[in-house]
Amino acid sequence: MAELTERPFPPGAYPLVVVGSGPGALQLTYTLRGMGIDHAVISQDDAPGGMFRKWPIFQRMLSWTKPFAEQKRGSREYERYDWNSMLGEEQDTRAIMPTVMDGTSYFPSRPEMEQGLATFAQRTGLQVRHGCRWEATRRLEGGDLVLETSDGEYRAPTIVFAVGVSQPWRPPVLDLEGVEQYGDLRPAETYRDRRVFIVGKQNSGFEIASGLLPWARQIVLASPSPAQLSVLTHSLVGVRARYVQPYEDYALAGGVVILDASIEKVERDRDVFHVTTKSAHEDHPRHFVADDVIAATGFTCPLLDLPEIGVATFGQSRLPAQTPFWRSVSIDGVYFAGTIMQGSQGLRKHGIPSNSGAVQGYRYNARVLARHLAETRFGKPRQRRAIKPDEVIPLLLAEASRGPELWHQRSYLARVVSLDRAEGIFDEGILPLAHFVDDSDGPDAVAITLESNGQDPPYPTAYIRRRGQTLHERSLQPADILLEYDGPAYARELAAALEPVLDQALTRVTP
Amino acid sequence: MEVRPDVVDILSGFALFADMSTPELENIVQTFGEVYFAEGERVVRQGLTATGFYVVLDGGANIVVGGKERGNLRPGDFFGEISCLLGEPPTADVVATKPLRCLVLAPHALEEFLVANPHVMYRVLQGEARKLRTTTKWLS
Repeated sequence: MAELTERPFPPGAYPLVVVGSGPGALQLTYTLRGMGIDHAVISQDDAPGGMFRKWPIFQRMLSWTKPFAEQKRGSREYERYDWNSMLGEEQDTRAIMPTVMDGTSYFPSRPEMEQGLATFAQRTGLQVRHGCRWEATRRLEGGDLVLETSDGEYRAPTIVFAVGVSQPWRPPVLDLEGVEQYGDLRPAETYRDRRVFIVGKQNSGFEIASGLLPWARQIVLASPSPAQLSVLTHSLVGVRARYVQPYEDYALAGGVVILDASIEKVERDRDVFHVTTKSAHEDHPRHFVADDVIAATGFTCPLLDLPEIGVATFGQSRLPAQTPFWRSVSIDGVYFAGTIMQGSQGLRKHGIPSNSGAVQGYRYNARVLARHLAETRFGKPRQRRAIKPDEVIPLLLAEASRGPELWHQRSYLARVVSLDRAEGIFDEGILPLAHFVDDSDGPDAVAITLESNGQDPPYPTAYIRRRGQTLHERSLQPADILLEYDGPAYARELAAALEPVLDQALTRVTP
Repeated sequence: MEVRPDVVDILSGFALFADMSTPELENIVQTFGEVYFAEGERVVRQGLTATGFYVVLDGGANIVVGGKERGNLRPGDFFGEISCLLGEPPTADVVATKPLRCLVLAPHALEEFLVANPHVMYRVLQGEARKLRTTTKWLS
């Protein structure tokens, strides 16, 4: 019992509780603390970053950190090149990842990522009640929520769940003893000279196949639709380049089979599996004999009983449907952080999703969420910076050129400047684009984003909102491969687009 | 966002995907993404580019032009195809009237999808013909 009382955040009533201790939870609690928001943090894991202990074979992140870049390490602009560090305010809490990586890869290893998170938590003095497992949830009359945990009950009007999307999912056809699952594989050498059938052609399937290339006798990768490649989609949609080697093996007829077919049947006969597939392009089924069958068929959110208390979910991952500020669309007081934030989908322009499923995306969401919670749940007004009229266009173009939030969260997070007729011109900071475009009651304002269309280099797009009028959208062209958008041609183009709304604001701020 | 396994069963009941085999439907399901909108949420915004081609799985939505309701959408209906095909911003808002689940395809992927699935293309054309007929009646 002595140990229980020494741990932070004992069970009880709090204004806000954060569940989790991954990067999303750490970034959120750090930012909340900086705003003076009283809250508790609980986690079932024994140390920060529990999910990073569950990767097979390569044990590396898919997000990179470049130790050397044009921008000074530790600067805000450098965050574009360092996808994995947490965002601190003090210099020794910034750009930690390049200081803990050994230089053999720019994808951090699992131990390096864990060390980076632990270093951030230690240097910032973040407190988490580790070893405290959330087990059930109740909603009280009046709206408060109660978390039943292994340590006792926590009651709060606002709870943020940052519990990852890490629960392996497999379709019923693979629900068979002996079928293995991504995250739970044997050591690579135990697949020596074996026939391996992998179901799923996304990163997890290709990651396993890449790791088994030196060991397996035959590798089959199968799922109904063709594999996409990130180098062709120009986004994080598709298989990342570092796991494309099995594709080349297949293309050069080296022995790997990549099959567009549904899995009709999997049967086990003593030591082997018989797999039957059916392709839309062939009129007969195919039969494979495999020594191992591995499900790389995706993950779901470990939401426990949240759907039963009314949290709406969607998609195979059972992601909670969320507002632009990451609140459950169906239950007040329930918010999400970390990789679950991808359930707030934004505008998905050109079909490209946000990067909210990855550290480099959700670390910025966490800061926006913290500010939103402070404003809406704790009555702390948002800090806005008054700016002069001639600062507007340089600020917007500088953000489009070097703002890490816009670079990592294309067409999802925006830098907003309000041009209010009564109050003047304010830098409103970073906001979700979906909120901005649908906030018809908001003041006249402009939001700048960086937009990808899957073909060209990213280009700035401005959204100009005027009361009582349809939102106006203006993309600045041509796209520049170096993302240098603060030259005079772009300034002239943006100035022309902003002229009507900026002129109105000018008449209010100029005596 | 990947789609739920029950979507294959839902699609098999839609006219748009009639006569398609289970492997073909599974392929379609993996080609599309699944999206969810709360009641009152805008799915497509008038004037904003690069949205997508949507098929309603569950729920309902209104088509709103200049603030006026011009039609409604039910499970099996599709929308967004004109904007995708012409590469122009939508001329209407689509607003969820109750929790809405849709399949969505990126604008640039629609051409390849329709060419690869001529039966679906034919039924999309039938849909366009009905819309044209309705518009013609409305104008006359």
